[in-house]
Amino acid sequence: MIYLDNAATSFPKPPQVIRAMNDFLERAGGNPGRSGHRLSVEAGRIVYDAREAIAELFGARDPLRVIFTLNATHALNLALRGILRAGDRVITTGIEHNAVMRPLRALEREGVRVAVVPCARDGSLDLSALRDALRLGARLVVVNHASNVIGTILPIAEIARRARAAGAWVLVDAAQTAGVVPIDIEAMEIDLLAFTGHKGLYGPPGTGGLVLGERVDAAMIEPLMRGGTGSRSEFEEQPDDLPDKFECGTPNGVGIAGLGAGVRFVLERGIETIRAHEVALTRALIEGLSEIPGVTVYGTRDAELQTATVSFTVANRRVSEIGLRLDEEFGVLCRVGLHCAPSAHRTIGTFPEGTVRFASSVFTTLEEIRAALDAVRRIVQV
Amino acid sequence: MNCGVVLFHTNSAALRAEKVLQRAGLVVKLIPTPREFSSDCGIALRFEWQDAARVQQLLDEARVERASIEPMGG
Repeated sequence: MIYLDNAATSFPKPPQVIRAMNDFLERAGGNPGRSGHRLSVEAGRIVYDAREAIAELFGARDPLRVIFTLNATHALNLALRGILRAGDRVITTGIEHNAVMRPLRALEREGVRVAVVPCARDGSLDLSALRDALRLGARLVVVNHASNVIGTILPIAEIARRARAAGAWVLVDAAQTAGVVPIDIEAMEIDLLAFTGHKGLYGPPGTGGLVLGERVDAAMIEPLMRGGTGSRSEFEEQPDDLPDKFECGTPNGVGIAGLGAGVRFVLERGIETIRAHEVALTRALIEGLSEIPGVTVYGTRDAELQTATVSFTVANRRVSEIGLRLDEEFGVLCRVGLHCAPSAHRTIGTFPEGTVRFASSVFTTLEEIRAALDAVRRIVQV
Repeated sequence: MNCGVVLFHTNSAALRAEKVLQRAGLVVKLIPTPREFSSDCGIALRFEWQDAARVQQLLDEARVERASIEPMGG
């Protein structure tokens, strides 16, 4: 079996992630942050350690500005719903996932003005078009760091600099880049960073978060949910302290234990090492696919400018047929279709048919990429 | 031995303080917040009162938010 669906969720997970989750349930099963006994405190420490590892990975100075959520979608909803009010203007791009577009379209019906800056067919963003859009002012600019369809990496630091100059906050959807591409929220001037735990951070599903930059005043953000935090229990109002304002109810302790181990795995392996490995795989994949007659590869076709996510189509073949044959005849697992990103597929010209998407991870090997290329070659021939 | 406690608004701040002080070599322990103090957060950090100035300095340097630092009775 060759697993090339890492843009959906990474597989396999490092053994230390599984050990950490097992250990949490076996040894530290208290409710973090609720009681003063040793099992609760130990569970709280594990959750705190994960917060600290995430802060280190993203260059955040204060671990308490890392808010845990269920996934990137939850983090994006928290940020978008928490910040935007009727009459506000928000700017996004033509290559976003529905995790951004659906909350924005719902907010639009509630009086938020949504401006979409189009992207080129290779997913790149015209910075002068962004500058024009910013002339009308905006409360927020929300962009993905890399496309989940074609992997194109957007120039976040340049986008953030322009947004800040126009007085807007910058929310980055790092679902496809956390753990894969270096991210430093202060150096890149990111105000809010939404990430998921189960992709490039090698944690389990049900984990993710929102990191608040130093410039963000948390008082300006409404919580998505309110409830018990184990703090200020004498009051029936939600506390303003971080992270409690945005974290209530029993957290996914076992998941966060796994996420913490995943982040430490990434820190130990080193983002640069991971990135170099994935660039080499992506280069081989793009070159190999481009040589197959009838195959069209989308995106920049330059491994340095994208993540390890590559989309392609085959002339006169349904993507669903290719996906099924890859799985059944060759054991190559990938994702075909629209990848929850109709806007991105319209931009690259593949709506509504979609593409076949291959996405590698740090555990993917060059031999696997070669075998997957052989499989595509044989499917194209017959 | 005379002890003091650091009180916090959040559990995460208490855990952060534990780490900061332990790294500096201080002897501290997270305990259920004694009921005579505020019930803001369920856990408090106990330390040896002779370290009070150092505790305050280290938490200030690391910018760990806290409610107060109190001597423990008895």
